[in-house]
Formats: sequence, C-alpha cells, structure tokens
Amino acid sequence: MPAPPTAHSPATLADAFAILAARRAGIRVIAGGTDLMVALNAYALPAAEFLDIWRVGELRGIADEGETLRIGALTTYTDLIKSPLVARHVPALGAAARTVGALQIQNRGTIGGNIVNASPAGDTLPVLAAFDAEVEIGSARGTRRVAFNQFYAGYRQTVLGPDELVLAVRVPKLRDGERADFYKVGTRRAQAISKIVMAARARVAGRRIEAVSIGLGSVAPTVVRAPLTERLLTGQRLTPALADAARELIMREVAPITDLRSTEHYRRAVTGNLLAKFLRGM
Amino acid sequence: MRVVFEVNGRRREAEAPPMRRLLDVLREDLRLTGTKEGCGEGECGACSVLLDGEVVNACLIPVCQAQGTAVVTVEGLARDSRLDLLQQAFLECGGTQCGICTPGMLIAARALLDANPRPTRDEIKEAIAGNLCRCTGYVKIIDAIAQAAGPSLTGT
Repeated sequence: MPAPPTAHSPATLADAFAILAARRAGIRVIAGGTDLMVALNAYALPAAEFLDIWRVGELRGIADEGETLRIGALTTYTDLIKSPLVARHVPALGAAARTVGALQIQNRGTIGGNIVNASPAGDTLPVLAAFDAEVEIGSARGTRRVAFNQFYAGYRQTVLGPDELVLAVRVPKLRDGERADFYKVGTRRAQAISKIVMAARARVAGRRIEAVSIGLGSVAPTVVRAPLTERLLTGQRLTPALADAARELIMREVAPITDLRSTEHYRRAVTGNLLAKFLRGM
Repeated sequence: MRVVFEVNGRRREAEAPPMRRLLDVLREDLRLTGTKEGCGEGECGACSVLLDGEVVNACLIPVCQAQGTAVVTVEGLARDSRLDLLQQAFLECGGTQCGICTPGMLIAARALLDANPRPTRDEIKEAIAGNLCRCTGYVKIIDAIAQAAGPSLTGT
C-alpha cells in the first residue's frame, strides 16, 4: 500500500508560497475540503502531498474597497450569507451561497475553492461572471489580476500556474439603477448540484436596457456568459417581442450536454425560461 | 502527525496521518463510534459534529484541520448521565427509527438551538437540510426539535 499523503498547514501566505515554489509538482492545495475530500475518500485523488491553506488568515475577510468588494479566497459560504456588505452590495452572491449544499457544506466550502475547483456547476460562479469579477492571484513571484471571465482555459482548467494561489476575488458593487438576480434549478433545494444556474444583471432606464450581463452554469464546459443574447438586448426597449426573441436566442446560444443530472433539451428550455423570468421582473 | 484537540470538553491526542478523516480519528482512534458514516461524500450528514461550534461533516475534514479545535460529538451532548433536551425530545416524539441519522440530526439541531433558541419550523427544516433520514419522513424529527426548543414555539 502506498504511504498516506502528507500535508503542510502553514499559517502565513509567505510560508504557503514558499512551499508551493519549492514543490511544484503534484502538490494539491486544499481549503475547506468539500470537493477534494470527496475525491480523496473515493480514492480518486492521486496526490501524495497537500498544502492545507485553511489556517492562512490573510486569505479571509471581506473588505469594502469603494467600487468593489474584495472577498478573501477562504471566505466560506456561511461568511457570504452572514456578511452585511454582501447583502447590501452583491445580494446575488449571498443568494448563490445559500443554495450551496446545506449548513455543513456552507460552513467549510469557500469561494476560492469554488473558483479553483472549476466545475461548470459551481454555484457562485455565474454571479462572478455576470458581475465581471476579477481574480487576484499570488505566488512567491508577486501578485496579478485576471478577469474572472478569462480565468478558465477549458473544462476544469484554470490559468493558475503550479506555484500560484487564488488570494481573493473582487466583485463590483451593484450600482443604483441596476438589478441582479440569481436562479438555481436542481433536483431538490438542499444538497443538489445544479441542472442550470444563472445570474443576470441589468441596468434599465425607463423601459430601455442600457446594459445587461448573463452568467450561466451547467450549460457548457465552463461557466459562461451569453454574449449574443446580451448584444440583442443591449440598448433596446424591453418589449414582450424582444423578451421572446432573447429567450429563443439564449436557448440556441448555450451548449449544454445530457448527463446524469439533466438533459440537453431540458437545460436549453430552462435557460430560456429563467431569462424570461428575469426580464419579466424588470 | 500528533493531533491535539478538545473532544467533548476533554483534551485528546491522536497520532494520525494529516489527511486522515476526522471521522476515522473519532471512530477508530478515539473509539467514539456515536458519529456515523453514511455516504462518505458530504451528502447525508450522518457524520455531523460540531467543530468550534459549527456543524460540519467529519468525513470531509482532514484531521490536520482539526488541530487545536474543539469538537463535540453526539457522546458529548448528555451531561452527568442526563440526556440533552434534544435527546429526550427525540425519545418522546419518536424522532428516531433505525437510528443511523440520529447522531447527526442531534448535532445539527444542537447547532441550531445554540444559535437560535426559538426557531420556527422553517428554520428547523433549514437547519437539518443537510441531514438525510430515510425512515421517518422528518415530521417527528422536526416535532422533537421544536419540543426541545420549548413550548412557546409558534408559527410554521
């Protein structure tokens, strides 16, 4: 039998960076463990060495930076749900956090883990996509920022280098005159991975849609935006005919698959229905 | 690694690989078999314990993350041979059938009542949403938690 995996549990970011820089190959970063431990328990995670970042206090906390909220990577779903800053400035993110698993998962799962795990079904990710969030990445070499919408290179692939950690995500605040909503459709309310997950954000003046962004999960290899549908709606007066056209277009624009959670047909139909619901609410 | 933490109010030590599950350290190393394993993937809540007062699934916690923490398992609920109010209420209301989910239900309910001593039925449902029971249909479990919370409970 192979030796059980080892783990480092540094308390500072500098120590975490040093460990990553010294051992690039094969080390896996673990935060709240709600995804990785499932794989480990199923013997589906062949890592021999782990970097446990749970104790790195520099990765916690939600800060008001004026136009944006800076949310530390180790912020748990429970932290998001309880945060007055999130409730006030990005309520859709709190709504997304409330749909993750149940309390046991919300108390451990983190927004950084949701981002890095790179599942197309990650519940907070459509919000980050719709809000044009920015991912702050760090290593012993320094820090850099990457647009969330450019963070994924493909199915379950990110642009993170082997020595890098996600430090935080910056989410622009909802502004006056803007509206955002979050929708998740799963088999049941708790403990369900989504069939479809959507976050939409729009600025409307009178009946005219000045700007709109739509983030979608579980309909493509990564969380995606719907640029064709966004373009159709932008600058237009919201009429029932326009809403119907947008609903038809987004059903064609997404690229879902049939898998054990749902079917391609259902996912296209529900994506259209969720957009119609969002537009009706405006 | 040498894990030093508090379990049910007592300082405990265990020698375990750092990625060993807290669940296995509790059950196999410390012989606290009240905490159950259901699914082993964070879906069922049978292995719920309190970690620094928060309800978590012990199957998803590598023991290195329990270093220095305070853990409460179902064995820690009764005091001096007196059942916790929740345990007594589960008995009286028939909140237990096969019993596998019961330790996790009790722990999730304890976390709820510690934070919110007078929950509504909806709040009770939300608090045990991560705990699956395949016997009862939940009604008697919710009744039991409501009873433990006290007679003045009203509303849905």
